[in-house]
Amino acid sequence: MSGQGTEATSHPNYVKVYLALLVLFAISVVGPLFGHPWLTLVTAFGVAAVKATMVAAYFMHLNIERRYIWYLLFTMVAFMGLLFAGVAPDVLAQGGQNWRHVRPAQPAVGHH
Amino acid sequence: MAEGHAQSFWSRYVFSTDHKIIGLQYLFTGMFMGLVGAFLAYVFRMQLAFPGESVPLYGVVTPLQYNALVTNHGAIMIFWVAMPILIAGLGNYFIPLMIGCDDMVFPRLNRLSYQIFFLSTVLILASLFVPGGGFGGAWTAYPPLSASAQYNHTPWGAPLWLIAVALEFVAFLLGGINFVTTVMNARAPGMGPMQIPIFVWMVVIASIVFMASVGPLVAGAIMLLFDQLFGTHFYDPKGGGDPILWQHLFWFFGHPEVYVVLLPALGIVAEVITVFSRKKLFAYKTILYTAFATGIISFFVWAHHQFVAGIDPRMAHLFTITTLIISIPIAEMTFAFIATLYGGSIEFRTPMLWALAFIAEFLIGGVTGIFLGANATDIYLHDSYFVVAHFHYTFFPIAVIAGFAALTYWFPKMFGRHMNETLGKIHFWGTIVPFNFVFLPLFVLGAAGEHRRIYSYEHFSQLFTPGLQNLRVLATVALVVMLLFQFVFLYNFIRSLFAGEKAEENPWKANTLEWAAPSPPPHGNFAEMPIVYRGPYEYSVPGRPLDYWPQHVPQ
Amino acid sequence: MTHASEFQVPLATRRSATGIPTGRLALWWVLASEIVIFGGLLASYIMFRLHHPHWADEASHTNIWAGGFNTFVLLTSSLFAVLGHQAAEQGDGPKAARFLRLTVLGGLVFLGVKALEWSGEIAHGFTIYRDLFWTFYYAATGLHGLHVLVGMVILALVAQDAARGKNLHRVELIGIYWHFVDAVWIFLFPLFYIAR
Repeated sequence: MSGQGTEATSHPNYVKVYLALLVLFAISVVGPLFGHPWLTLVTAFGVAAVKATMVAAYFMHLNIERRYIWYLLFTMVAFMGLLFAGVAPDVLAQGGQNWRHVRPAQPAVGHH
Repeated sequence: MAEGHAQSFWSRYVFSTDHKIIGLQYLFTGMFMGLVGAFLAYVFRMQLAFPGESVPLYGVVTPLQYNALVTNHGAIMIFWVAMPILIAGLGNYFIPLMIGCDDMVFPRLNRLSYQIFFLSTVLILASLFVPGGGFGGAWTAYPPLSASAQYNHTPWGAPLWLIAVALEFVAFLLGGINFVTTVMNARAPGMGPMQIPIFVWMVVIASIVFMASVGPLVAGAIMLLFDQLFGTHFYDPKGGGDPILWQHLFWFFGHPEVYVVLLPALGIVAEVITVFSRKKLFAYKTILYTAFATGIISFFVWAHHQFVAGIDPRMAHLFTITTLIISIPIAEMTFAFIATLYGGSIEFRTPMLWALAFIAEFLIGGVTGIFLGANATDIYLHDSYFVVAHFHYTFFPIAVIAGFAALTYWFPKMFGRHMNETLGKIHFWGTIVPFNFVFLPLFVLGAAGEHRRIYSYEHFSQLFTPGLQNLRVLATVALVVMLLFQFVFLYNFIRSLFAGEKAEENPWKANTLEWAAPSPPPHGNFAEMPIVYRGPYEYSVPGRPLDYWPQHVPQ
Repeated sequence: MTHASEFQVPLATRRSATGIPTGRLALWWVLASEIVIFGGLLASYIMFRLHHPHWADEASHTNIWAGGFNTFVLLTSSLFAVLGHQAAEQGDGPKAARFLRLTVLGGLVFLGVKALEWSGEIAHGFTIYRDLFWTFYYAATGLHGLHVLVGMVILALVAQDAARGKNLHRVELIGIYWHFVDAVWIFLFPLFYIAR
């Protein structure tokens, strides 16, 4: 009802945050178009992390929430890193496990 | 008039939002499912002892039925007995009472949580009677066996089982969020973090561990359901998937889950032994911090279930080390409990007997775990009855012994009457002694090479010797004896509900806040909302005429 | 005698030992448990993605412009949600409701684009069975879409209350949930569309 310009002073200017997010979004789309793997990694995923952090900090107000909520959410992300670290050696790298079927030189005896 | 009565019955006992009613709903559902799980165990143990013969009350067991029996015994005992009784039942009933408030912070969410849990109970029971029979791919549900009806022969049973388990997770996620928020925000004035009873802390830590570990398995269950229903290839190497992935997702949850149920059980033991040794709990803070440590370390041990699954051997070494490390905090807590007993004036009431039995029996479970946590010995013992005996020496104390400790300890508060002490002790000895005769033989059988999940050993001449078969019969007979003694408990429980000796507000002379409420507590719990002045374990304080000092009493 | 059918908010709900309102505190725990659900799915996806180089070719068939437009839509709807929160904080229920309804509209556009995208892909043979990449694609975007749908329903209910000036604190809560759904999409977009 009241005028559009009344911003609460304790809050960030949401429209500015939004515009910053749009700029980052543009970077994340344009960056990978060059086809350089490292540039893709940084622009697509690095920028995504920055964007998500900005959304969490300014839109979800985590920057003015109790500090331990950050820690809580970050711990959950860290557990996912742990899951990845524990599982990746099996799902990702199968080197040295000799899973290819190699015929034995002689047939095994005594199994019938 | 009659209709008005019926109305009030439904709204008071079925659709109630009162945390005590919901707690009792969970508790009674859990106890009922305990009977179901016990019956399944009885049937397959009879098949192992007397292969091929008709089992009384059941009939002849077929191989597919055998698989369904062991699978659902495991799943029911963990997800529908241990979890609802220890966490949801007792947690719902006692958290608001022990922290001095009138209800959970979200009573309607609480009711929804039970309703989802009830639905999951109906589904798991229904899954036993669908065409093709109940799911038989073990409670771990490893693909490819679980992923395709072509392999498991249960086109209905497998998806129903999986959906039931997933719904159970949702119910406990909702419940856990409620518990954690309640304890964080709704404590009585004056109750700081170090004045919270250990049981409440343990349920909170368990809920957080559950919440953090179950997510990947929820995702994994969705993926498995896709494989089952749509024929996708998440876990099928033929289509680029990987069956080992499921094992990791399952055990990333499955091992923390052990601690999810263990911690509340330890909390119950802590409450009971302080009250019945009239002594302050030894090292409150150490117990608390070790419980946190246990919760965190429990995320680093999961792959010790997969040592023979073809995982990276370097990872197997790492997981051996972390697994051996996690025995330290648990041992520390056990020592703290023993130190609490030291020099106390111990009363051997029934709850105390259960609590002491917990420490003794869980010790055996913990020590035998060392052999399985070390990859070198596990390669021999893996998937043998040694494993079965080991985890029953942990889960039986957790779910059954601690459960009975809690039921007998809090019965006067929940129902306003005492249970019969003599019958209680008969039931105690009638459970504990046969329990050891069930599972000690299984250690021997497992070390002798008896593999799990075998329908009949008749075809394995080296395992079908008279000596080994006698051990199987011994275990089965002991199981039947133990089950028969449960009728003593049922009789005592039901009789005491109606005809037990009336209990006063604080019959055990305990300190925690639930004993400040009337027995049983009315809607709203306390006549006057309590204020907390001190920690929960101030027993036998020098210079006080009384040997207890309730948390809410100013002087 | 109180009637259980008339629900009364217990004293417990109004206490706040941490200083965080109970509803918001619970919401953080909800989001914590959501992080591990999406985290488990995406961690599995990333592992497979790194293991199967040919998924890059499959990923080149996703429509980067549809995905990009949807990112834009969700970001914008998040702005509306937070402006709705600001209005609710100033006690202006009707204004908050208007912003929340714009947020619902954003969700509707998102799902509409998603439906067009999916039906186009399925028509071109990129079904859930074509390759494990597509199975992951449909599972992950489907799970996210489900969250969008749930969020829209709750947004609409909260907006209805807010328009009458009731339960204004819920505007913030549903907003936080919506931002979380937005943040998940921020990761899904590069994982399934950009990286190829």
